[in-house]
Amino acid sequence: MKKTFAMGGVHPKDSKLARKSAIEDLPLPATVAISMAQHLGAPATPVVAVGDKVKVGQVIAEPSGFVSARVHSSVSGTVKAIEPRTDLAGNLIPHVVIDVEGDEWLPEIDRTPDFKGDLTLSAEQILARIKDAGIVGLGGAAFPTHIKLSPPPGKTAEVLILNGTECEPYITSDDRIMREHPDEIAMGAKIMMKALGVGRCFIGIEENKPEAIAAMRIATIRFGGLVVVPLKKKYPQGGEKQLIDAIIGRRVPSMGLPIDTGAVVQNVGTSLAVYEAVQKNKPLIDNIVTVTGKCLPAQKNFRVRVGVPYSYLLEAVGGAPAKASKFISGGPMMGKAIRNLEATTQKATSSLLVLTEAETKRRAEGPCIRCGKCADACPMGLQPFLLNKLMRLNRTDEMEQEKIFDCIECGCCLYTCPANIPLLDYIRVGKADVMKIMRSRKK
Amino acid sequence: MTIVYTIAALVALGLFFAIVLYFVAQKFKVHEDPRIGEVESLLPGANCGGCGNAGCRAFAEKVVAADDMAAFFCPVGGNEVMAKIAATLGKEAVEKAPMVAVVRCQGSPDKCQKINQYDGASSCRVAASLYAGDTGCKWGCIGLGDCVNACEFGGVSLDPVTRQVSIDYSMCTGCGGCARSCPHHVIELRPRGPRGRRVYVSCVNQDKGAVTRKACTAGCIGCGKCVKVCPFEAITVENNLAYIDYTKCKGCGKCAAECPVQAIVATPIEK
Repeated sequence: MKKTFAMGGVHPKDSKLARKSAIEDLPLPATVAISMAQHLGAPATPVVAVGDKVKVGQVIAEPSGFVSARVHSSVSGTVKAIEPRTDLAGNLIPHVVIDVEGDEWLPEIDRTPDFKGDLTLSAEQILARIKDAGIVGLGGAAFPTHIKLSPPPGKTAEVLILNGTECEPYITSDDRIMREHPDEIAMGAKIMMKALGVGRCFIGIEENKPEAIAAMRIATIRFGGLVVVPLKKKYPQGGEKQLIDAIIGRRVPSMGLPIDTGAVVQNVGTSLAVYEAVQKNKPLIDNIVTVTGKCLPAQKNFRVRVGVPYSYLLEAVGGAPAKASKFISGGPMMGKAIRNLEATTQKATSSLLVLTEAETKRRAEGPCIRCGKCADACPMGLQPFLLNKLMRLNRTDEMEQEKIFDCIECGCCLYTCPANIPLLDYIRVGKADVMKIMRSRKK
Repeated sequence: MTIVYTIAALVALGLFFAIVLYFVAQKFKVHEDPRIGEVESLLPGANCGGCGNAGCRAFAEKVVAADDMAAFFCPVGGNEVMAKIAATLGKEAVEKAPMVAVVRCQGSPDKCQKINQYDGASSCRVAASLYAGDTGCKWGCIGLGDCVNACEFGGVSLDPVTRQVSIDYSMCTGCGGCARSCPHHVIELRPRGPRGRRVYVSCVNQDKGAVTRKACTAGCIGCGKCVKVCPFEAITVENNLAYIDYTKCKGCGKCAAECPVQAIVATPIEK
């Protein structure tokens, strides 16, 4: 009996169309625009000026707060502009725009494909390297990794969990890196274990990726303390709290942090980036992006430099057909719709999903019949139908009592609702209201 | 005889319970200022929350308990109701200019082109939390009608074709419910003005002129022509957006005539 998390969850069709496509290097575009807000927290401050020549891997922006991360140039060339540009949601964010000239890397970056398995650095040195390399969580939230690897005082990590579940339909980038770079991922886990001072690491992979499970199992033989845990397929298994529950059977307390259970969860992509940063001196300047969708001429996995326009990614698979109507960055469950295809990819971009109108059209909203399907599907044990109603009536105090802040915004409620009520849309707004009140109360 | 016993027993029981109830009522008597009820009956009873209280009853309780009426004003009832309340309570009411809600956006689809299609929940708050909106302007009216639902007086309507919000000034009480419900703060409360004359900038776009112009032909581009033409120095341009200070504006309407994008609205004088 394979493990999974206890409460709720849904089973969307996995549609992993691009799983047979090996990772390809995306050709360099003519210009890249690198966002200064690629991570959770304060946007980074640019340290280059217009006209400066930059090389691949050169620092172009420094963190501007505790929760912030460095940004490096992903290409070599000339800084053309430092200006606000619209991101995928249409908000103006400062970007550093670089005209690409050749592909000249900083000399200290080791670009050889050889595997480097010896680790002599201390925990502090590892953390410093991760911070300098600007690594953020590549699972989607883009939380700076060096902060996550330094537990707050009074809390200790007992175990590291690598997240290879990739429970979102369509996305195959984690699947591909586990199949193609298992040793590097395992070594990345070893490095993070040393930084955290823990002796055990579990790698959770859903059972719909048998090749990845096999590859990671072979890789873990070389390293002690790593165990691959095959998991039942269920969304949202890749949620931090759900994964901890599935693998070590502990619940993150309400309003608590995952570290309260003694577990630190990192994505397999982050693990690969940590390996490259610590062993190869390579900052986080590229990541794997799945370009997928049934209507596209081809579905592929690309190694993409940070700051490439989404329209350029589409051209690389032969362009979007006329019937394509919705472009999503990320998966269909939690991804964000792209308003502007000239917006550029970020460090934590995992996928570009193209859907037709027939695939995405929302059906008309009906009345709630109190069937309770949303409450059954909620992995956090909330009552989405109630929260939705309370939000529409502006009853903030009752939303707080009903623990709206526990919502992880996975969208299971909306997915399962037979009346097509946009439950999550309303809950998200209510959650923001409640969080605002709770923060003002603390002050 | 049976009937006599029955009646006597019932009378005795009735008397007993009456005495019990009398003492219970004395014991648990709640003293309430009778003026609260009087004040409440004077109020409009819409429970709109425009005064900042939970409803008319809460307003009445607070105004009776307070020493000074300066901090209390019912925008719906206006000066007339406040004067009556003041007379009832023997206090002094403050006179306030009647307010009215104005919509500061004229971005109908012919002026402000749609560049994508929003297909989520039909609520301005939800749409605003998700992204910058379905036109090139991320500041203006979203057109999903949160303000229509917020209005207790049926004064706000949404044109189903142009998705433009219009306010029926004869219905508007100036409670501010619509202004509070608007996530983009497009609706503003302004004094009704002498004989309904108001001059205001009907745009909230703070983008640079070129960006605004590209997104909407009725958007304020912050050119500053209105600032130069205003004889009363009532207009300021801040963040690429003109704003008319209603405390200084005399309603001459010179700015409205000067505006190259017709973003300034001057309501006609009512007869």
